[in-house]
Amino acid sequence: MNIVVMLKQTFDTEARITLDEKGKINREGVSLIINPYDEFAVEEGLRVKEKSKGEVTVVSVGEAQVQEALRQALAMGADKAILVSPGGMEVDEYVTATILARVIGSLQYDLILAGWRAIDDGSAQVAARVAEILGLPMVNMVTRLEVGEGSVLATREIEGGNEVVEVPLPAVVTAQKGLNEPRYPTMRGIMQAKKKPMQKMTLQDLGLDAGQVVPKVRAVKYYLPPPRKPGRIIPGEAAEAASALVRALREEAKII
Amino acid sequence: MPGGIWVYAEQKDGKLKKVTLELLSAARKIADEQKEELCAVLAGRDVAGLAGTLGEYGADKVYLLQSDALENYTTDGYTSAVTALVREHQPSVFLLGYTVLGRDLAAHVAQRLDTGLFTDCVDVRLEDGQLVFKRPIYAGKAFFEGVCPEARPVMATVRPNVLPVNPPQAGRTAQVIEVSPQPGSIRQIIRDVVRQVSTRPELTEADIIVSGGRGMKGPENFRLLEELADVLGAAVGASRAAVDAGWAPHSMQVGQTGKTVSPTLYIACGISGAIQHLAGMGSSKYIVAINKDPEANIFKVADYGIVGDLFEVVPLLIQEFKKLKEQG
Repeated sequence: MNIVVMLKQTFDTEARITLDEKGKINREGVSLIINPYDEFAVEEGLRVKEKSKGEVTVVSVGEAQVQEALRQALAMGADKAILVSPGGMEVDEYVTATILARVIGSLQYDLILAGWRAIDDGSAQVAARVAEILGLPMVNMVTRLEVGEGSVLATREIEGGNEVVEVPLPAVVTAQKGLNEPRYPTMRGIMQAKKKPMQKMTLQDLGLDAGQVVPKVRAVKYYLPPPRKPGRIIPGEAAEAASALVRALREEAKII
Repeated sequence: MPGGIWVYAEQKDGKLKKVTLELLSAARKIADEQKEELCAVLAGRDVAGLAGTLGEYGADKVYLLQSDALENYTTDGYTSAVTALVREHQPSVFLLGYTVLGRDLAAHVAQRLDTGLFTDCVDVRLEDGQLVFKRPIYAGKAFFEGVCPEARPVMATVRPNVLPVNPPQAGRTAQVIEVSPQPGSIRQIIRDVVRQVSTRPELTEADIIVSGGRGMKGPENFRLLEELADVLGAAVGASRAAVDAGWAPHSMQVGQTGKTVSPTLYIACGISGAIQHLAGMGSSKYIVAINKDPEANIFKVADYGIVGDLFEVVPLLIQEFKKLKEQG
């Protein structure tokens, strides 16, 4: 069973967002992590691999610093990593998916895993687009995965419950929180990761010309939300405060 | 005349989702400004009865896709049926709800159509003849506005509970066009569906949310929040700390690695207010915080705060709200 995991490096969840002088999201000094949903995907890939023979390949689109995230996945136990640099070009979900599908299309795979969304732009599109380009069935937001002979049985979150979906392999499966508890890399894993292959590619290496990687959407501007107006602390003993709060919600806010 | 402004009319168990009405209201405005017709796509089994409501809320046409194969949502079946319809009529805009179904369907359809898609939008407006889509990024810590200059239709999923709903016009009807759907071969086989029976509203659609964090001290104490929620007709949420401790399921988590919510009222109980939690609920209209720690971050965003023991305050609130309810 060969598994490919699509991975994105994102800002840490506790990161404060600021804008740079060009009005774009400021990346200076922000600590970076593997997108938490992709980390579930890496972990699941490793668990599937441990039950069957095969390799886990992690792929990402981004600049040099993404190697850190890929190296962490290798330290967790993935076998090799591929990083495609878009060479400073603007990318959207369409372009990222085009690049990833091109890379994955050149690999041997039975199962493709990814997080159901990234915590930065939260687009929740790339995995679906890759599945469409490669003509593969997909199951989204999976919290439990059983890999069988030629198919997978995936439990996915739906509104107000769960459903169990079977799809034939190869397939794309996206991870939702709850799928597993990702492992921490061991010291041995970290040492081994240094020797594992990390292939760096350009769009030319993939045979993609400029006309094939034109974004469909364009950013007009980024901005920060206005700060919330400071509220007030309702004083008094619990009983007094509770009754004053209910009164305020009814009479001031008029929402109860 | 181009194929119009399209809205995906999501229904569940024969009922239209509220976000569908929100989409119709927003799309009606765009359709009027662009002088295009507003069309709704309604898919499922035995859903024709909903077409009337779509007309009352502004649809000029309803494309009705009915088939046994569409009884349950499957990625393949719905993607193929909806893509075929879009290809035939070539709308200029296609809006869906940012729901479990909507975002899966939208992403697959967008790729088949080689077009752009904006996810989780909170505003769509026409500026110099071009639609501008506004969406929160970093779970609301920043906003992005973007355009899709060439590819059509431009697609977007819109966050539930944000856009206003226009009042329905009784007697207004939509032309219903029955289409025989082309679901193609469906590779997803649904083996089982487990529904959690809940009388409470869906977290992302709720008007009021009562949410608990580390201060709840244990899973058993969420009963208290459920009681408050039921008095208010609210949904119950939880912070990451409470979910990670195993006190509440992940489906209840509000925050950057959980759900993003925009209720009218968010009552945070025993929640310190980590950045990643604030990101998920900061767009609530009113925030109430109850926390023992007067320095808790949550008080910086709360409209009303009570510094105190939630185990003392929440039962009193339940009493007060009950009293209010009895008074009518």
